[in-house]
Amino acid sequence: MSSIICKDLCKTFQQGEEIITGLDRVSISIEKGDFVCLSGPSGSGKTTLLNAVGGLDKPDSGEILIGGIRIDNLGKGALADMRLHNIGFVFQAYNLIPVLTARENVEFVMQVSGMPALERAEKSLNILKEVGLEGMEERRPAQLSGGQQQRVAVARAIVSQPTLILADEPTANLDSVTASQLMDLFVELNQHHNVTFVIATHDVRVMKYAKRLIRMEDGKIITDVNQRHKNSD
Amino acid sequence: MSGHEKTLLPSKVIFKLAWRNLWRNHRRTLIMLSAITLGVWAMIFMTSLLRGMVDDLLYNGIRHLPGEVQIHQRNYRDDPSINNSMPPADAKLLTALNMPRVTAWTSRIKVSAVIASERDSRGVILLGVNPQSEVKLGFDLDSISSGRFLQSTNDSGLVIGAKLAERLETRLGKRVVIMSQDPKNNIAERGFRVVGIYRGKLASQEEMNVYAGLQTLQKMLKLGNQISEIAITAEDYRNTHQWFPVIKNATEDPLQALPWYEADSYLSTMMVTMDGFVLVWIVVVFMTLSFGLVNTLIMAVFERTREIGLMQSLGMRPTLILYQILIESFLLLLIGLVAGNVIALLTIIPLQDGIDISGVAQGMEMMGSSSVLYPALKLKDMLLANVIVIVLGLLTSLLPAWHASRLNPVEALSRN
Repeated sequence: MSSIICKDLCKTFQQGEEIITGLDRVSISIEKGDFVCLSGPSGSGKTTLLNAVGGLDKPDSGEILIGGIRIDNLGKGALADMRLHNIGFVFQAYNLIPVLTARENVEFVMQVSGMPALERAEKSLNILKEVGLEGMEERRPAQLSGGQQQRVAVARAIVSQPTLILADEPTANLDSVTASQLMDLFVELNQHHNVTFVIATHDVRVMKYAKRLIRMEDGKIITDVNQRHKNSD
Repeated sequence: MSGHEKTLLPSKVIFKLAWRNLWRNHRRTLIMLSAITLGVWAMIFMTSLLRGMVDDLLYNGIRHLPGEVQIHQRNYRDDPSINNSMPPADAKLLTALNMPRVTAWTSRIKVSAVIASERDSRGVILLGVNPQSEVKLGFDLDSISSGRFLQSTNDSGLVIGAKLAERLETRLGKRVVIMSQDPKNNIAERGFRVVGIYRGKLASQEEMNVYAGLQTLQKMLKLGNQISEIAITAEDYRNTHQWFPVIKNATEDPLQALPWYEADSYLSTMMVTMDGFVLVWIVVVFMTLSFGLVNTLIMAVFERTREIGLMQSLGMRPTLILYQILIESFLLLLIGLVAGNVIALLTIIPLQDGIDISGVAQGMEMMGSSSVLYPALKLKDMLLANVIVIVLGLLTSLLPAWHASRLNPVEALSRN
């Protein structure tokens, strides 16, 4: 069963008097456990597709099904619940809540979903250790480097074991070593926990990790390449 | 993919976020807190001064009636003549008059009369009183400026106001003649020696009210044991409605019991007007505060737009965002209220002995108010101020909170 199905997605934006096409009849099917990279120049529609799949933005037309449930006609509250329980987001800018510590940021999603305090404390400490932030749990975002902040954001995205992680330029602000560590972490989650990844990126280093590479231009899918065999070679 | 379970309200994280966000911009929060504190203080402090002033006016007015409840013959209010006298309290009424709530009561004669000195004559209200119970009811012995007050119901002396003495060109120890009507419409007159001169709170009272012994007047007016009225008082004029029914039930036709708010509509109107004025005052002060409050919250939401988008993208429902902003507002209001209440108490309590406003209060004295203003801090007024600030504060916070909850996550995340 497909994890994500998009059918004929269209989305336009008004910018002044100009109408910009974000998505132009995009249809795509992503299997559960897949590792997909969306590439393409700025304005090609990668982030728009990611936002639509994550329920952050609604397409003008078309259908989106996640796990067999149509999400493009859900209300704001239902979409928020879907994101809370099923999707992890990693953004280009680290996007941590500045008034919370690293541990509290990681716990945030679990706390909102009503997980008991002891359980979430244990999980958050373990995941921070796993991403190499042991001893920095009580630091606030301003006291962490860019790489450390992104690792907190990743920890937050994966701690509640979502079935799908959507990442928008996750390595854009990271040095090559940190970017490589982050991608290794993504691959491990994908291989050992069967988490589906959809990553929008310009970074060729990230594209190397993808099982499937989709190239977009002007809101359309131009190429859709399965790299499994290439990677295994 | 698991089902879309409905999330319970995660109050702890919302409260934590609200509290920490409140102190992100210390300076702005402290300025807003100062404004709320000052506003709440102004609400409570000024209300207590206004209450004190009106309490004084009402207290003096009721004392002048006198008493919080009066019993008359049914026709007395329309025709306050000697023909509408009444018998003294019977056993049933005496039982009611002696209930614990009643702090004092007295029987009086109250008739129109003419007083004549060697030099002049004036129309006055002649009061036949029992001196002991009259003092308990509110006659202030310190108001006697020369001589003494009456000593018994048989006292043959007369106590007059300083203003009247001046008008009659008489003085302490001089004889005056009182003339009135007996029940058969014959002239009743008697000579009295002025044994005391008093200073009244009201100039009109000082000029009109003349005090004589109750039994002395009953003899002079051939009234037997008849009286004009029974005046009753208790501890707080605001609670008269609680014990008045007992007196009313013990009063049988043709007698009629009236509470002060029916006996003097001016006084009751003043009390109702005061309650309305307090409400208007509190709301007006709040409205000035609300602009600052809304501005603070709008700025806070504006500064955190990106963060709100992030929380939405992580799965925080719009209602939780709304609650968070409202809790932030609630905390701000609560701290301001506590500080405002404490400062109000700290400034009012030391003034309980009164504020001397004699320098500016001559006009007020004419209206029956004292030259010393006693702030009257009422729990009801404090509660009203607190409830209005919290309820209206949260209502005005709804706009920025609703705005935050309706943000589009994609647009919010792209905001710098």
